[in-house]
Amino acid sequence: MEATSEQLLWMYEKMIEIREYEETMVKVYLEGKLPPKIQKGLAFDIGAGPVPGEMHLAAGQEPVAVGVCAHLRRDDTVVGAHRPHHFAIAKDVDLNAMTAEMYGKVTGLGRGKGGHMHLFDPAVKFSCGGIVGAGAPQACGAALAAKKRGTDQVAVAFFGEGAANQGAFHEALNLAALWKLPVIFIVEDNKYGISVEKSASTSIASNADRAVAYGMPGVLVEQNDAVAVFEAAGAAVARARRGEGPTLIEVKTDRYFGHFQGDPETYRPKDEAKALRQHDPIPALGALLRARDLLDDDADTTLRARVSERVGAAYDFGRNSPYPEPEDALLHVFAD
Amino acid sequence: MSTTTNTTTRRLTMAQAISEATAQEMERDPRVFVMGEDIGKYGGIFSATTGLLDKFGPDRVMDTPISETGFMGAALGAAADGLRPISELMFVDFFGVCFDQIYNHIAKNHYMSGGACKYPLVITTGIGGGYNDAAQHSQCLYSIFAHVPGLKVVVPSNAYDAKGLMTSAIRDDNPVVFLYHKGIMGLSWMSYFEGSTNEVPEAQYTIPFGQARVVREGTDVTIVTLSQMVHKSVLAAEKLAAEGISVEIVDLRTLVPLDRASVLDSVAKTGRLLVADEDYLSYGLSGEIAALIAENIDTLRLKAPVRRLAVPDIPIPFSRPLEQFAIPQVDNIAASVRSLMTFKLD
Repeated sequence: MEATSEQLLWMYEKMIEIREYEETMVKVYLEGKLPPKIQKGLAFDIGAGPVPGEMHLAAGQEPVAVGVCAHLRRDDTVVGAHRPHHFAIAKDVDLNAMTAEMYGKVTGLGRGKGGHMHLFDPAVKFSCGGIVGAGAPQACGAALAAKKRGTDQVAVAFFGEGAANQGAFHEALNLAALWKLPVIFIVEDNKYGISVEKSASTSIASNADRAVAYGMPGVLVEQNDAVAVFEAAGAAVARARRGEGPTLIEVKTDRYFGHFQGDPETYRPKDEAKALRQHDPIPALGALLRARDLLDDDADTTLRARVSERVGAAYDFGRNSPYPEPEDALLHVFAD
Repeated sequence: MSTTTNTTTRRLTMAQAISEATAQEMERDPRVFVMGEDIGKYGGIFSATTGLLDKFGPDRVMDTPISETGFMGAALGAAADGLRPISELMFVDFFGVCFDQIYNHIAKNHYMSGGACKYPLVITTGIGGGYNDAAQHSQCLYSIFAHVPGLKVVVPSNAYDAKGLMTSAIRDDNPVVFLYHKGIMGLSWMSYFEGSTNEVPEAQYTIPFGQARVVREGTDVTIVTLSQMVHKSVLAAEKLAAEGISVEIVDLRTLVPLDRASVLDSVAKTGRLLVADEDYLSYGLSGEIAALIAENIDTLRLKAPVRRLAVPDIPIPFSRPLEQFAIPQVDNIAASVRSLMTFKLD
């Protein structure tokens, strides 16, 4: 399946949006967390500043999100993981409400109750969570619902290569194949489960090979490239929509930042991230667009300005929104 | 059309009542479906789904692989996408292999979404010992589920209550954990307390959560209890009545929400409280009820200290004398009540 010009441009713009979102977050996240504003003796205070808590950024991993989500509709389900921003942005989650959630504001997706790892936007059927591997069976449930309705929605579970060693992953694959569910499992292999290299955690080189054990197609995408992901995902989504069952795809991708912000990254060579950026997938797609006369300097500038405005507005919205009342903590334990 | 059908009652076992409530709700609401291990052809190991496969077929009554994390997670995903799953965890003891889906996701996602997402699903599960199934198949554990915010917890003691509570559970927009004690299901292969099999209307009805039931009125001692222990308490109360001790029995029926008012009302009347519980003693239901009394001590005139009967913080042992020692029995309840009558606090 070849990407249309429109799809290529969409992926390019979304990747730029994700990158700008994450690079902005690097700065915003550090606000108030560094000396001298924090407790004496600390180098960093995770609970301080306007965006407190853990922060897992996805710069470098954009191709996985856009290459898959280019095939999805609003009524398809996406279940992300603890590093969710790229999926959320590619799935068209409300950017203002998502950002406000990270600031803990009442205008956030979860009225400040979830934070950056727990984003829920039912309007575009997006959710994610902080437990590694847990989303895979949940995506099966959404796929099961579509199958029971007799409609053609699909569900996608995104997770890291570390999650493929969880029981939840294997149970979900068996369930999906057994029930022929319209679900696509996407493994983002960014080489590290926090600090542990894949070769030290996983008994085989490619998780795509694990698909054989469950009687489903397994596809390895070796390039961190939006078009390559697009092609693999296109076949999988089409297969799911035709009612032919699940697919497992592993994409080799790159994590430019630490596991979380503040990660000392002692487990990888100092210049590794710098080297990875030599193969940045965004200029690569830009070059392809230019080669096909789909992009020139003017169009690129216009597009980037549009993205900056959107991202800037979202951060402004998050920053300027009010906090919930403290007692709001008592609300929403149960639905009425 | 005659109205006699609607008022017809029959004696049903608790298993039949649960299955009937499920069938009637499945007829009423096409979004409801059941999944779990051996719930299809087998009809549920404890017969909670007997007859459903024949009525509704394999698309709505789905046997699952032995993958509790897989199908509990799928229940969440299906509920998020507009269905109303009933997902059976064969024995509550098996929660250990899937509790992440239950307590980190099913219980919390509504809250973390700020109320934007709903997860209407029921987890049914068998609890309790008394038939020598040892430490991995005999626990109650309802306190663990009740401890986690975001789960409603239902623990019926008889067929009539089970049908009404199950109907409420399926209609609830929240996750509900529905725990049935194996020893009151009325199974043909396990002795049970006959009081649990009772008259059940054929027509649908609901019993609201958070309303305890006074099983037996009395004036001397309150026994707060639930599930199978209700029936043991009734037998103890009958013995004690012959000795001139009047026992009031409060069946909590649901732990979340908890009917605190009914407990306090009864203790205000009797001044003496025994909590009879089949879960573990420490950090659980009996402590919660004792704390409720302590927090309201200014409104009560206790004639004796609060007493708790529960499994004394040991795994449930296999051997008959050991198991009967571990799980409170009728005689233990009677003895505890008698001991409460020896105090003269006021």
